Formats: sequence, structure tokens, C-alpha cells
Amino acid sequence: MEPDLTDLTSLTLAEGRDALRSRRVSSVELTEAHLRAMERAKGLNAYVATTPERALEMARSSDARLATGAAGPLEGLPIGVKDLYATKGVHTQACSHILDGFKPPYESTVTEHLWRDGAVMLGKLNMDEFAMGSSNETSCYGPVASPWLPPNWSVEKARAALAGDKRGLLTPGGSSGGSAAAVAARLCMAATASDTGGSIRQPAAFTGIAGIKPTYGRCSRYGMVAFASSLDQAGPLARTVRDCAIMLRSMAGADRKDSTCADAAVPDYEAAVGASVKGLTIGIPREYRLEGMNAEIEALWRRGADWLSAAGAKIVDVSLPNTRHALPAYYIVAPAEASSNLARYDGVRYGLRESGADIVELYEKTRAKGFGAEVRRRLMIGTYVLSAGYYDAYYVRAQKIRTLIKRDFEAVFADGVDAILTPATPSAAFGIGEKGSADPVEMYLNDVFTVTVNMAGLPGLVAPAGLSAEGLPLGLQVIGRPFDEETLFTLGAAIEEARGPMDLPQAWWA
Amino acid sequence: MSVDQDAVRRIAHLARIAVTDAEVPHLQDEINAILAFVEELSAVDVSGVEPMTSVIPMRLPMREDVVTDGEIEPAILANAPFAEDGFFVVPKVIE
Repeated sequence: MEPDLTDLTSLTLAEGRDALRSRRVSSVELTEAHLRAMERAKGLNAYVATTPERALEMARSSDARLATGAAGPLEGLPIGVKDLYATKGVHTQACSHILDGFKPPYESTVTEHLWRDGAVMLGKLNMDEFAMGSSNETSCYGPVASPWLPPNWSVEKARAALAGDKRGLLTPGGSSGGSAAAVAARLCMAATASDTGGSIRQPAAFTGIAGIKPTYGRCSRYGMVAFASSLDQAGPLARTVRDCAIMLRSMAGADRKDSTCADAAVPDYEAAVGASVKGLTIGIPREYRLEGMNAEIEALWRRGADWLSAAGAKIVDVSLPNTRHALPAYYIVAPAEASSNLARYDGVRYGLRESGADIVELYEKTRAKGFGAEVRRRLMIGTYVLSAGYYDAYYVRAQKIRTLIKRDFEAVFADGVDAILTPATPSAAFGIGEKGSADPVEMYLNDVFTVTVNMAGLPGLVAPAGLSAEGLPLGLQVIGRPFDEETLFTLGAAIEEARGPMDLPQAWWA
Repeated sequence: MSVDQDAVRRIAHLARIAVTDAEVPHLQDEINAILAFVEELSAVDVSGVEPMTSVIPMRLPMREDVVTDGEIEPAILANAPFAEDGFFVVPKVIE
């Protein structure tokens, strides 16, 4: 189907790239269309900072390069950036008050790669504070409304909620909620995001878009506000699997400034999109079939396996025995690492400072004022499990369980399995204000299918796989071998192909 | 495993986060809810298992021990809440 050049924000990243290269549209036109869409969609609260002048300046430079044929892989394409990426001179706060006013004097490696390749920066995207959350509700800038309407809501009701406290509107997931909402609402052609326990993949599933958390070490973490250093990884969110492949190629690559970043060549990921799945062996892990599992999710999972089988893949049952320990172990390891990483926010060198009679009071009051409730909760758990007397019983034990989780995957891959197919989330998107207020653990259960992948350092991709009976998007996840993102792009594209056309919601918000 | 209110205050102090007396009971409940959630891990057999120290098998990259950066004092102080004469200024640290 020909892309509609009268509706520029409806283009995919790949279509935009082709339209720019063939000079059917200019980067300035494409950028202006997105800036207008962003203005109309302010109510969704997807962006926390916009950079329109900078965007147009970048677009003009891109148009000059496109005219001379010196175009980079992302030349002229307008992109949104999650607020935890350091963007030189531009708002970077990981949506926390403790970084109020912070404008980094340096650029993250991942965003540097985007600008090197010609992309245009539209602004910074909303997220859960310090990436801690699964619904974007912990952001100091307030929640993000998903562009998907709650079932049976009228447009009038939705607009009223949008103008108020947004209660009842759907969350786009988290922590990359702003990124996912912006992509799904066509407020950018793609977005950078990050994933520590599912923060790319769960929002992708909730908003009907694609996302990939690559292998740990595929992308540099330099310039990313750190949450959990052994789990964090950069990745893209975009409307199609192909678009994610295009983004990842630019985002990935070795970096001397990050010693955990692998010195491995970056393949042409886009070439894997559309490749055949014939001969691939796909594992279906029995431990992901949870008791009382949502019947629609289970049916979609089976349908996904049938699609891949019909396309020529071999489907086998596999076992990952330590699956059920992944979520509790994650909620020891991640807060522990966070307590270490967030110790730097002390009011001395950047961000918020509260006055104190002495240095300790300065620290304690600054941090009490600057951190939200979820961050405080996790820092305290993290501090506890690392403290004298508890370190072995909690942190070391959780790290041993991590070894077991990774071994489970290694055994399955060694047996000839190329990738593992699982659901992405235990449900479709839920409402803002619906979860987590009584029991913090309720929100954590959203990550049940995604954290194993971070714990094992493996790549995981989510492709939009269909709609629930209520008309809300559902995704499927494929988990791959280390540094085999190509197989995931091939499988994700096959899922998209088998699923058929799936529309994103039209704008009801303005 | 659960924490009492003294432990909550101790943890808050270790984490350098001020908590009011009113906040302590609620924090105690939240922390205990999470500790209850992770309790099942104590029953897992981890004998002979090494803790994961490196997510992907990787050698720490080395480089020549030469100065390649620095002399960027203004950039480092640019976001400081209180800076003076090239220093970050804080309340007295040592008595």
C-alpha cells in the first residue's frame, strides 16, 4: 500500500526514509508535521521537553545533505528521546525532581549515534522516575495517557479525563511510557527507550507497537542515567519491526567509554526483516504457562506458534525450570544496584539541593524531597539487601539464582533451539490509578514474562500480535541467543506478516 | 524475614533519605511486602553455584594509561547548585 504523503505522521520510519531519499518530501515538512501533532497531543503528556527550534535546524541540515546525496541512515527522520538519555544542553532528568534543572554538558553515545546518522531530535519523552515502574505513573511530570481508548469509553469521556487527572485512561506501560505513547500516537517516527526489567517490551505490547531490548552490551550505556548497571540496556520503540531494525543499527556499536559494551560488529539488521523462518526451531517454555493465566493471552501465544509453524519453523516444548525465581531475584538485584547508582544524587554537584545544617542533613533532606515514593521504596530495599548481615542471604543468593536462570537458557539454546516464544505481558493495558496503590508487588507482577531476559542478558523483541476481545493491543515476545538480534527481527516480522494489518488509534485527544 | 521500625530508620539513614515518624509505619509495610515476595528464594538450592559477576562473557578492556580528558572545570560545575572559585560548596563536613 502506498504511503499517504498528505498525512506525513502516518508514515513508518522506513517509508519516511524512502520518501526523503526520493525527495518526495523534505525533512522540514516531516518535522513540522510532527511538531504540529505534538502540539495537538500535549494532553497525552508523552513529551516532557520539546526542542522545536533545534529540530527544525537539524531538519534543514538534513535537507541540505539529502540534496547532495550525503544522507546518513536516519537522515532527516524525526525521533523522540527517552528522558534518561543525556542530550547535551537539553533537559535530562529521568523524570525525577532530584535532577531539576540538569542540562548535561555531554551527549549519550546512543543519541550521538542517532545525530551522527542524521536523525532529527523532537524532544525528551516521559518515563517512570529513574525507570522504576511499569506504567509511567511514577514520573515527577505525571502519567502518560495511552492513545488507545479504554473499552467502551466515548471520546468526550476520554477528553474530559485527559484534561483532569487522567484516571481511568489507559497507561502506555512503563518505564518507557512516553516513548511508546509518542510512537503509537504518531508524535515521532521512532523513539529511543531503555529496558531493565521489561521497560521497552511491556509498553510495546500495551500500545500495539514493536520494541527490542538487545543483548546486554550491544548498545553503550554511556550517558544513560543508570538504574541497574547489570540489567539496563538501550533499545528502540517503533511502529514496525523493520523500523526497530533500522533504529538499532544506528543505536548499537562498541564504545570505549562503556567497558560493558561489546566490541562486536553491528550487522545490517534490516536485512533480517523478511528473511524466511524455515528451519528455525522455536521453543515454547512450559514454565511461562502461569496458573490462572489470561485465556486470551494463552490463545494468542498458541496462535503465534501456529503462525511460525505455518511459515516453516519447528515448534518444540522446552523447560526453563528457574523461571519462577526470576521476578523475586530481580526485585533484589535491581534495587540493590539502584541504591548504589542513585547514591550520587546528593544535592552537591547537580540537581535539587535542600539546605541542611550539616552535610548529612543536606543529603537526607535533598533525597527525601527529590525522590518519589517508588524510588524511595526501591532504594531502601536495595540498601537493606546490601547491608551487613543481609548481603549474603539476599544479594549474593539472588546473583546465584541469576546464574541458574542464565544456565536454563544456555541449555535450551545448546539443544538446538534458535529462539523462544512467550507472551509479553499478563494482560492488556490497565487504567491509570488502577494498580499498585495498596500493594507495591501488584505492579511488579507486570514484569513476569520480561525480567528473565534481563537477568540472563539475552535479547528480547516484542511484536504487536493482535487485539484483545475488548479491542486492546496484545504482543508476543521472542527471546534469542546472545547477539542474535537478527533472528528476532526475522521472527518478529513473520509474526507481523501473519497477523495482517493492525491499525493504531486515530487522534481523539484534540 | 521482616523489618521493625528501628530497622526502617536505620535503613533510611544508610540510604541518606530523611523519613518522618509518620512515614515509618507505611514504609515498614511496603518493605515487608517486598521481603515477603522474595522470601521464596531462600528455599532454592544454590549449592555450588557461582554468583553472576559478568552478564555476558567478557574481558575487561584495557587501554594505555595516559591522560585523554580533563581541564573541563566549567562544564563540571555548570549544573552545581552552589559553586565558588572552582569548587562545589557544601556545609562544613569536618568539625
